[in-house]
Amino acid sequence: MQAPVVYSFHGGIHPPENKTQSLQLPLGRPTLPSELVLPLGQHIGQPSRPLVEIGSKVLKGQPVAINNGFLSSFLHAPTSGTVTGIELRPIAHPSGLDDLCLIIEPDGHDTWIEHSGLKEWQSISKTDVLAYLSEMGIVGMGGAGFPTQVKLQGAHKHPLSHFIINAAECEPYITADDMLIRERSLELILGIEILQHLVDAEHVIIGIEDNKPTAIAELKKVIGERNSTIQVAVVPTKYPSGGEKQLIKLLTNKEVPSGRHPADIGVLCQNVGTCTAVYDAIYHGKPLISRYTTLTGDALEAPQNVEVLLGTPVSHLLEYAGKINNKLARLVMGGPMMGFTLDSHLVPVVKTTNCILAASNSELPQPAPEQSCIRCGMCEQACPASLLPQQLLWFSKSQEHEKAEHYNLFDCIECGACSYVCPSSIPLVQYYRHTKAEIRESKEAAVKSDIAKQRFEARKARQEAEAAEKEAKRLARQKATPAKSNEAKTAPKKPAPAVSDSNDSKKAKVDLAIAKSKLKKLEKTLLEAQEKEHTEDINTIQLQVNAVKKDITDLEAKVVSAPTPKETTKTVMSDDAKKAKIDVALIGTKLKKAQKQLQEDPDNSELKDKVSNFEQELKAAQSKLESLVQDKVSPPVEKKALSDEAKKAKVDVALISTKLKKVEKQLADDPNNTELKGKIDTFKNDLNAAKERLSQLSPPEPSTSQEKVEKPVSAADQEAQKKLKIDTAIAKAAAKKADKALKKAIDINADNIENLTKQVADANARVKELEAAVGKGQTSSSTDKESTDSSEIKPTQKVVTDEEKKRKIDLAIAKAAVNKAKKGIVALKEQGKSEEEIAALGLPEKLNAAEQKLADLESGDSQKTPSNEHLETPPKKVSSEPDKETLKQHKVAAALAKAQVNKLTRRLELEPDNAEQIKQELEQAKQKQQEADSKLEALTNTQENR
Amino acid sequence: MLTILLAVGILVALSLVFGAVLGYANVRFKVDGDPIVDQIDAILPQTQCGQCGHPGCRPYADAISNGEAINKCPPGGQATVQALADLLDVEALPLDGDAEESPVKRVAVIREDECIGCTKCIQACPVDAILGAAKQMHTVIADECTGCDLCIEPCPVDCIDLVDVGINTKTWSWEKPNGVATHSANIIATDRSLEAQA
Ligand code: SF4
Ligand code: SF4
Ligand code: SF4
Ligand code: SF4
Repeated sequence: MQAPVVYSFHGGIHPPENKTQSLQLPLGRPTLPSELVLPLGQHIGQPSRPLVEIGSKVLKGQPVAINNGFLSSFLHAPTSGTVTGIELRPIAHPSGLDDLCLIIEPDGHDTWIEHSGLKEWQSISKTDVLAYLSEMGIVGMGGAGFPTQVKLQGAHKHPLSHFIINAAECEPYITADDMLIRERSLELILGIEILQHLVDAEHVIIGIEDNKPTAIAELKKVIGERNSTIQVAVVPTKYPSGGEKQLIKLLTNKEVPSGRHPADIGVLCQNVGTCTAVYDAIYHGKPLISRYTTLTGDALEAPQNVEVLLGTPVSHLLEYAGKINNKLARLVMGGPMMGFTLDSHLVPVVKTTNCILAASNSELPQPAPEQSCIRCGMCEQACPASLLPQQLLWFSKSQEHEKAEHYNLFDCIECGACSYVCPSSIPLVQYYRHTKAEIRESKEAAVKSDIAKQRFEARKARQEAEAAEKEAKRLARQKATPAKSNEAKTAPKKPAPAVSDSNDSKKAKVDLAIAKSKLKKLEKTLLEAQEKEHTEDINTIQLQVNAVKKDITDLEAKVVSAPTPKETTKTVMSDDAKKAKIDVALIGTKLKKAQKQLQEDPDNSELKDKVSNFEQELKAAQSKLESLVQDKVSPPVEKKALSDEAKKAKVDVALISTKLKKVEKQLADDPNNTELKGKIDTFKNDLNAAKERLSQLSPPEPSTSQEKVEKPVSAADQEAQKKLKIDTAIAKAAAKKADKALKKAIDINADNIENLTKQVADANARVKELEAAVGKGQTSSSTDKESTDSSEIKPTQKVVTDEEKKRKIDLAIAKAAVNKAKKGIVALKEQGKSEEEIAALGLPEKLNAAEQKLADLESGDSQKTPSNEHLETPPKKVSSEPDKETLKQHKVAAALAKAQVNKLTRRLELEPDNAEQIKQELEQAKQKQQEADSKLEALTNTQENR
Repeated sequence: MLTILLAVGILVALSLVFGAVLGYANVRFKVDGDPIVDQIDAILPQTQCGQCGHPGCRPYADAISNGEAINKCPPGGQATVQALADLLDVEALPLDGDAEESPVKRVAVIREDECIGCTKCIQACPVDAILGAAKQMHTVIADECTGCDLCIEPCPVDCIDLVDVGINTKTWSWEKPNGVATHSANIIATDRSLEAQA
């Protein structure tokens, strides 16, 4: 058998080898430690998922964690014992950070789980063998811990010319592979044969450095005995000949292109440790639970190689090898060139730990301080990857990432040869590692920001589409109204809107669409059947088609007939009202415009005239609207219509008040304009009228609903308590916010700190009240239960929860309003307005009122029960549906009122001049709100009562 | 005279020809949009937080291209300012206000048992990173959250927090070495003794 040709690679260094120390003693087998720590991420890729729980008993070799995705691996219990924890422990990582680990406490019996191996590996499919290897937790044991089955699969993409077994072990100090070959050469060769069977390469070469004569002789002997075609290539000792790419260059003279893998040029590399692990798995069914590791360094009395169970803490091994405490300066995992310093002695041995170096100070002295690069070029001479380290350093220091990448920074194997030779003792590798990480991070950030941008733009597009749709609908409505306006004028009698009818026609349309798509499908199948000449099928399908066609014609007739008759009667009326409203709005806009002009040119009498004209028109339109709405009230219509009117009335109120607000704003700009003031008064009158109307409209509802309300309700004790607790939390948040506001105010040295302090005190008092209410609420909820028990009506809990939820949400919103008002004060102060005083006078009042309301709302919680007791006669039984409807409407009303109060509050801040008027309005609004609230409460109570 | 006419004629003809070529090129190779705005937008962190005073990163990019200061993006930190300065060839100003130089990455987390399901936060989130429905518990999709802060204020029950994204073994990276020692300890023997005295 001829010796394979050995080529050479660029660069490389010859550091002192220091390999003999650890070869003096035979292979050691440390005792079982008191606990084994198995990090879940011992390999490249996703960390494994634990299969066991804390407290489970495990046997030796039992899988304890399963692979989590493609690029991941299994983990097995290294000995029998109990899982005592799944927790964060320091792991073997340069960062010294903790990671999730399985903790196993050995029972000392070392009982194996049943295991048999895969005797028939030659006859079964290769995929099955690969899957088996993955289940045995085999990962690359040389460097990074790349899952072996993934690497083997990758090797199938291209025909393999070379299968290289890496036994070079070029790092100083490390002799684990040397020892492994000496001890287990036959197992190694058998393992290589299994792998060769799986990958089927043209040449199988073991690459080994010439400083391991015993191992070389051993290998040659076994190969000769077995008549194997495996070649042994003895390479000269040079660091880093054990680097994957360097060894490939040495043995095949091929270079792996930048950014590619060895598999891309038809080469596969495996470490010797991996090969014996494969042997153990296939022949004996032994998963990867132990490995050969070198314990060495001046700080150990007995440096040696050991076969160690994975998860053994380093401290245990140091004890075993006789650690000399006062000599130990640095503890390194891996070799002196590529290893990393361990911060903790508790880190465990993992699948990739090939060496533990307990170095004394003289062995690994503190690195000398960095000096400037003198451009000597020695690093370039040493770099095995043929890079330009000094250029890379330059770009790393100046953060020119693109240039660094352009100079192939990512081809750097971080071997440390450049740092080793650098006369300026620059820690070059560390610079490269940092820069690589930065580049990676910025790429990830770029991806993330791209996604964020996409999402943002998608959201914007969606919102725009929604807005456009609304606008289109509005336009369509506007277009529709003029045509009917004449009718509306002549026929002012309004029936209820045709909700059910439009529903009908809609349904018919949907049905039609469904039927049509059905028809299309059927026709397609018919066609297919005809093509394939399935005669029976054709007949049945034809029948179906006919049936569907008939359906469609029916439906079409329905669709056509449905809308037409109703339109003239029912929809017209509601359209009328709508139209009137739009008129009001239009005139309002015109008015606004005119007013704006007036503001710019206050002396223009023409404009003034126009404004007053518009105002008249507006009033007329509004009165028309009112009459329309009232007309609607008079005919006995269904409840739904009633509520619609109420809603409309509410919208009116809102509209008028908006107008009012705008005028007032103008007034603020031009405070001496008496006309504007007059206008405001008229508006206010309008508003009051509208509000009155609204309250006229509203009362019937509770009564009707009371008649109809019947659904019994009960307090679900726990639910209620939980909610009350949430209340307290909300109140606390409010207090916190108030506090914050106060602090801010102090910061800016506001004049009204006293006021604010008072408010904060108020807020705190409220919190206390609330807390008390929670207590009360708890008791009341229990009374609730009792009362329902006594009334002996089957309770539906859901209704209660819904209501309570709604009320609570109202509450939360109201509180937020209070907070915002407070914040408003602060903002005002920041502006340092002279009108502060007025605002401060108005605002706190408002705040108190709002708080009062809150308290009311809240006490509603506790008063529920008493009021329940007052209502003795259970009203008539009707369905509960309308009940909820009215409730909802009331809630909307309450919310609207609240919104108005908020708006007024805000305006007050902006226009301190009009404080008096606004305050008046505010009073009204608050009254209205309280009305709405009390109505709501009453309604809820009646519901609760049932 | 003829020469002059000839010269004028030739020049007129040439200018017509070139004008036509340029006119065609203008139509044919028209660049859509404003490439400088795209480049600026690519540098901005796309947090969409509005802290620059614009409704999103793109509008700020527009504003920068129209001459607004480049130091108004707190989430981008000094790195973004530097990148913008490089791109636009202007001076890198220090970050506006008291923003941190290199801001820590944060995500919003909703304390879910306190959420009342008001959907206010969903409406505020510029990147749709919040999941929920009315009266249901809401939660943040941590991977999509840019930590922009916009959902904190609207929450009526104050149940949203911004928490730092810690580093783990996967996101950890090597520190940058200190660089050339400014005070040359240990290099020159006489310095060493002097420093020991000092
Ligand atoms: S070996 Fe060091 S000093 Fe010499 S060129 Fe490289 S980095 Fe500069
Ligand atoms: S660490 Fe990188 S740059 Fe330095 S010699 Fe090794 S491969 Fe070359
Ligand atoms: S969840 Fe909150 S912090 Fe995160 S992106 Fe959305 S709004 Fe910003
Ligand atoms: S804003 Fe707060 S309470 Fe409202 S849905 Fe979001 S997290 Fe829940």
